[in-house]
Amino acid sequence: MYCEGDSWGCYLPMSLRSMGSDPMERVVKLASESAVVIFSVSSCCMCHAAKRLFCGMGVNPTVYELDQDPRGKEMEMALTTLLGNSQTVPIVFIGGKLIGAMDRVMASHINGSLVPLLKEAGALWL
Amino acid sequence: MNSPTPQFVPSRLGIYEPIHQIGIWGENFKSNGNPNTSTSVIVEVDNKLENESETTSHEMLTASNNYEQEASKPIDKIQRRLAQNREAARKSRLRKKAYVQQLENSRLKLIQLEQELQRARQQGLYMGGVLEGSHIGFSGTVNSGIAAFEMEYGRWVDVQHRQICELRTALNAHISDIELRILVESGIGHYFELFRMKSTVAKADVFYVISGVWKTSAERFFSWIGGFRPSELLKLDPLTEQQILEVCNLKQSCQQAEDALSQGMEKLQETVSSTVAGGPVDEVSYIPQVATAMEKLEALVSFVNQADHLRQETLQQMSRILTTRQAARGLLALGEYFHRLRALSTLWATRPPEPSLP
Repeated sequence: MYCEGDSWGCYLPMSLRSMGSDPMERVVKLASESAVVIFSVSSCCMCHAAKRLFCGMGVNPTVYELDQDPRGKEMEMALTTLLGNSQTVPIVFIGGKLIGAMDRVMASHINGSLVPLLKEAGALWL
Repeated sequence: MNSPTPQFVPSRLGIYEPIHQIGIWGENFKSNGNPNTSTSVIVEVDNKLENESETTSHEMLTASNNYEQEASKPIDKIQRRLAQNREAARKSRLRKKAYVQQLENSRLKLIQLEQELQRARQQGLYMGGVLEGSHIGFSGTVNSGIAAFEMEYGRWVDVQHRQICELRTALNAHISDIELRILVESGIGHYFELFRMKSTVAKADVFYVISGVWKTSAERFFSWIGGFRPSELLKLDPLTEQQILEVCNLKQSCQQAEDALSQGMEKLQETVSSTVAGGPVDEVSYIPQVATAMEKLEALVSFVNQADHLRQETLQQMSRILTTRQAARGLLALGEYFHRLRALSTLWATRPPEPSLP
């Protein structure tokens, strides 16, 4: 399993690293590699809240700190265009599908749709 | 103009600054021999040291101008006039320096006063959120944002009270579900209106919202990120088993969401605290630390918004789970609860003083 932070790179052989590919592609690729993916910025406290939310549910999210990634800026821009300009980190993908920023994550947790999604993605067991 | 003017020159370090600036001033002057520029540049420098060299070259150029215009005047009169000009210019520079120093001291004092005022406010000078006279200090936009909010909030509380009475009457009168639904919808919408109002004023002054100074003291006691805890909404007795299960799940999700936001807030506190404390303490200038902390505090606005968002979603989910009648009862209970908290605040504020010990 991948662990948090920027150590993900060392687990991938060079051939699989998407060198020079479109940042959006990279985002999608990273998002589909784990059940729960959070794109975050290490200094962002709302991102910290998002991480705590998932950990509190017993889920182990894969976190990519965009400020610690050399191509993080491009990826952040790609994510912003994907979501519309008002949305910002943390941005969450579950089972490869885009959930959204903190707003959407909170809303879907309250209305009960988050847990089934997590179970479907294999991040939560009964 | 390329003479650097520091934003903040602490008087203790003032003695070092002028020497640095004199050097640059000298270079500036040598490179552009235009007499007009020398008089219009802002000078925060003690020119006593380099006065002579600067002003003589200045005078030579002015002197040549004067000489062309008034060639007939005797030399000593010119010399006297030049000496007077020198003296006047030096005095003017000294005055300007003193004035600027005064301004900077006043600015610091103003910042301190504003902070004290804010603290005094938060200690309950604005009882029950009533608008009192003028909001001193801060910028005009912050003032008007807060003043507008306080007026609107006063009206909001009145409407809230009216709605609660209507709900109570409606429930006792056993009106139809459809009519009750209308009341429920407007009740929930009324809370959404409050969240909108809070979001606007949070942009103007997030500390105002988060301090809860706009609420009564008892309400403030229970405050969580600028409002009530979403889980407060869940103190009801549902009926069916299905509802019990759903409310139970909602309670758990709500709790987890609240915990996550609380932890985010704690992290924010730590971050701001370590930023403000950072840097050497023995230096007078703390501007970089404070400026960085300012940036980090912006995150507070998003937390206030997220907390209100959570309140909104929880309200909506409750109205989905419950029947119309249950929702009406729930809204009545919630409204009544806050009404009683407000009454408690008033009672507490007006309670007779404790008898002094013998």
